Amino acid sequence: MEASSHDVLLVGGGGAGLRAAIAAAEVNLKLSIAVVSKVYPMRSHTVSAEGGAAGVAKSDDSLDEHCYDTISGGDWLCDQDAVEAFVKEAPQELLQLERWGCPWSREPDGHIAVRAFGGMKKRRTWFAADKTGFHMLHTLFQTTLKYPPITRYDEWFVTKLLVDDGRVQGVVAIELMSGKIRAITAKAVILCTGGCGRVFPFTTNANIKNGDGMALAYRAGAPLKDMEFVQYHPTGLPFTGILITEAARAEGGYMLNKDGYRYLQDYNLGTPQPKPVLRSMELGPRDRLSQAFVKEDQKGRTIQTPYGPIVHLDLRHLGEKLINAKLPFVRELCQKYQNIDPVRELIPVRPVVHYMMGGVSTDIDGATPLAGLYAAGEVACVSINGANRLGSNSLPECLVFGARAGRAAAAYAATQQVPDGKVFAQANDERRRLETQFLFRTGGHERIATIREEMQKTVETSAGIYREHASLAKATHQLRELQRRFGDISLDDHSRTFNTELESALELGFMLDVAESIVQCALHRTESRGAHQRTDYPARDDNKFLAHSIVSRNFDGSSRVEYLPVKITRWAPGERVYGETSKEQSKSTPIRQAV
Amino acid sequence: MADKIILEVARYSPERDAKPSFQSYEVPVYKEWVVLDALNYIKDQVDGSLTYRWSCRMGICGSCGMMVNGEPKLTCATFLSSYAHNGSKVRVEPLRYFPVVRDLVTELSDFLVKLTKVKPWLIRHDEPPLTQGEFLQTPDQLDRYKQFSMCINCTLCYAACPVVGLDPVFVGPAAIALAQRYNMDSRDQGTEERTAVLAHPEGIWGCTFVGECTRVCPKHVDPAGAIQQYKLKAALDWVKSFVMPGEHKSKDVRSEAAND
Amino acid sequence: MCAVKQPTTRTAPAYTEFHPRWYRPQVSVYWWLFQRQYLKFILRELSSVFVAAFVVITLLQLNALRNGPEAYARFQQWLQTPAAIALNVVSFCFVVFHAITWFNLAPSAMAVRLRGKPLPDFMVAAPNYAVWLVVSGAVAWLVLR
Ligand SMILES: Cc1cc2nc3c(=O)[nH]c(=O)nc-3n(C[C@H](O)[C@H](O)[C@H](O)COP(=O)(O)OP(=O)(O)OC[C@H]3O[C@@H](n4cnc5c(N)ncnc54)[C@H](O)[C@@H]3O)c2cc1C
Ligand code: SF4
Ligand code: FES
Repeated sequence: MEASSHDVLLVGGGGAGLRAAIAAAEVNLKLSIAVVSKVYPMRSHTVSAEGGAAGVAKSDDSLDEHCYDTISGGDWLCDQDAVEAFVKEAPQELLQLERWGCPWSREPDGHIAVRAFGGMKKRRTWFAADKTGFHMLHTLFQTTLKYPPITRYDEWFVTKLLVDDGRVQGVVAIELMSGKIRAITAKAVILCTGGCGRVFPFTTNANIKNGDGMALAYRAGAPLKDMEFVQYHPTGLPFTGILITEAARAEGGYMLNKDGYRYLQDYNLGTPQPKPVLRSMELGPRDRLSQAFVKEDQKGRTIQTPYGPIVHLDLRHLGEKLINAKLPFVRELCQKYQNIDPVRELIPVRPVVHYMMGGVSTDIDGATPLAGLYAAGEVACVSINGANRLGSNSLPECLVFGARAGRAAAAYAATQQVPDGKVFAQANDERRRLETQFLFRTGGHERIATIREEMQKTVETSAGIYREHASLAKATHQLRELQRRFGDISLDDHSRTFNTELESALELGFMLDVAESIVQCALHRTESRGAHQRTDYPARDDNKFLAHSIVSRNFDGSSRVEYLPVKITRWAPGERVYGETSKEQSKSTPIRQAV
Repeated sequence: MADKIILEVARYSPERDAKPSFQSYEVPVYKEWVVLDALNYIKDQVDGSLTYRWSCRMGICGSCGMMVNGEPKLTCATFLSSYAHNGSKVRVEPLRYFPVVRDLVTELSDFLVKLTKVKPWLIRHDEPPLTQGEFLQTPDQLDRYKQFSMCINCTLCYAACPVVGLDPVFVGPAAIALAQRYNMDSRDQGTEERTAVLAHPEGIWGCTFVGECTRVCPKHVDPAGAIQQYKLKAALDWVKSFVMPGEHKSKDVRSEAAND
Repeated sequence: MCAVKQPTTRTAPAYTEFHPRWYRPQVSVYWWLFQRQYLKFILRELSSVFVAAFVVITLLQLNALRNGPEAYARFQQWLQTPAAIALNVVSFCFVVFHAITWFNLAPSAMAVRLRGKPLPDFMVAAPNYAVWLVVSGAVAWLVLR
């Protein structure tokens, strides 16, 4: 079997992957670094992030306040040592990106401009109009072009991690263009494969976000963490699920029910003001806003459409000038995909699956419990997002922990030998598996799309915004049944060249594993916290569940869930308060406490 | 409403075919369906072997460019209903002028080589430490290059440019626009290095100003404008080098001034 | 840290064993015929020939002038032949076409900014047209006076 070998190998060329590649290259320009990505790096989903990236920048702000907002926003499920490191390094990373040419929006005097964002008490979100992720990703990608040690494997699909001797030594990947199945060995592997929104039917996530990295790690024996915490974003366009960024609300947009009433005031989120107030009303955290929508729907105060119930986002009072200057992409998306103009019309929106708080369990340097395997970005759970991520924390997370993982992996690689022949036997087995089970397979009865849709429906009805025991238990069985049916899929495409059907089938396999881990974690956490709301256990239970769910795979393929206490440094668990009262709350923190 | 429409899709399998042929599929038309939705419908329900690229379905990743009825389009941003006149057919082909890998998938590595060639990164002669904070840049200075920084690398402009078709070594619109994006950035000091690459028959002088690239660009990047600006500047530099020999190094004044 | 050496890109556009047959479409010789925009472009390119024709005619005229009144009269006579008139009319049309498209390009080539704001396109093109009209007017006045 053909193979190539590198020091550090990155799976994924999004924000986290490219940042990690540069970090590793800067540790030592002599290292050989590989970026393997199933799409050209600038197509990665980081490109679609709109709103911005948080990092303390102005003199009225402080690191502690950013920590507090993040931790309370995460309903005290964040590891506070990780949050402190994150908050401290985020501004440096954003500044570094500026040095690489990122076109951040500016103040009239030429300094970086920052905007307000949901759940943040101070203005600290750096932005590049409303195409922040796009500009960050292209800046990073273009910057990587000047680093000779970085080799790219564009449009290579990773199917398996090679593990031998208790450590990860490379991957098996398919070159889509040619259909070649090859081992790419490395002394250290960093997973940066992004989230898994496509496990759900209605998501802001791109077609490539299938939880590949989570499943790869899980199958290789690295545990996943906090998989039950799935973020719904309150404002997605119906039908497509395209995101209308939170920046639209930060600039002053209103959420209106069918009577034109700002309904969030009924849900403990403050009283309506004409101008946006930080951490209040429309600028409350995403989980609360999405939950308010469900309640509003139950009261019959939403509008019914063929694509489910909706409410309205109103930007009309902001005026054309502001919308064009600060929210041009929002206007473009509404016009191109919804055929409405937000300058004059209300935008129909509904909650939509957006972000995965959970992921591959890592420490503060991105290292997983499995030697040689690192993870960063949305695929990882460090964890700084706890039970609910604050908007604009995840782009800087990709940078901070991407860089950390890159440096850590480079250091680890320096202590390791080049992988030996044993992994090639494994790689050959994998090639045979891909060929017999998929590529040359004949017969079979199930269409990929059918199983995918049923899986999405199962996960949505059991692990949606509100959950309860009965439906989660039922979903456990349904997913097992779907796994079985997946063994009987029929494939039309037997070509080696750019076989996207093979890719979809493998992605579906990954998603089924991820779906199972989500449902299992949700089933076992019998409390409500952040994005995980159990109707049968509506209260937060700090005695039992101030802990991360850790889900790993047993030898027989079943899963087990264990718990790992949350790391608390300076902020004792408190009540999450939004609206007016949040001001007093913030004064009393941080509280020093020994835990 | 489920009207039907015929989608004629170019199919090419390198293992089987000598050249592409068309295959027709009947697909339903819904008001909110884009051409990409129709392709996904075919792949999911009818023929799993149909091959094309897509990802974000929101016009930002740049994967889904194809020829729709002879025009380069982002298929995720092109409503099917705009073609759905009685019994009409919609023809979907791979982007013109690119080698075809399979069905609707084009070969892109050549484009990436060209992109890399123009040095699309911020070039600085000095590297002040991060502790000195950001390079200052006023909103006006940002505005000067902003438009050129909007390129999503969808390559529609290449498919619109006959020069690309006739002269494969031509660097092409998006790459030149990207070079201009950095040239116009007040923080950059690399204009000269890039001009060395681009003031060349394979670079800006290859362009005969057809202007189609600008017309088809879904992100209003105006690559044709970038090329013309570049030409004007290169021509003026050339004249200047006669009038004031040895003085043409003064180009970087702009970027220095911005960093006080 | 600026390790700017040769940029590395993995693949040269080369064939490998697994995909020996990318389909390389041929560009037809008549590519410009099938699309209005392309046709317009080719006509514009073609118009340069007529711009040149005008120049040649003017040069011939000067030459005739230098060779004395007789030669000049002969030249003027030629100018009145139907062929010459046709040539001139066609050339005139093409030159006007050329001039208009040329001026419409000006805003693309010159990003003129006033107090930090880019000038709208027509503001860049308009002065060009104005100068054109003034010069043409002046010439017409000189000739027809
Ligand atoms: C619409 C939208 C808007 C958002 N807005 C914001 C915002 O305003 N602020 C904010 O902070 N966050 C935002 N987010 C979240 C944030 O964008 C993401 O969490 C972040 O970009 C994830 O980056 P990543 O590098 O981890 O993964 P991605 O950018 O998703 O990259 C994943 C990479 O992995 C590769 N890959 C995956 N599987 C495989 C495989 N099997 N083999 C090979 N390669 C593989 C892919 O090719 C890709 O290169 C937004 C998210 C969405 C969806
Ligand atoms: S310049 Fe426009 S058309 Fe060309 S690649 Fe960029 S976005 Fe696409
Ligand atoms: S799918 Fe991303 S641009 Fe169309």
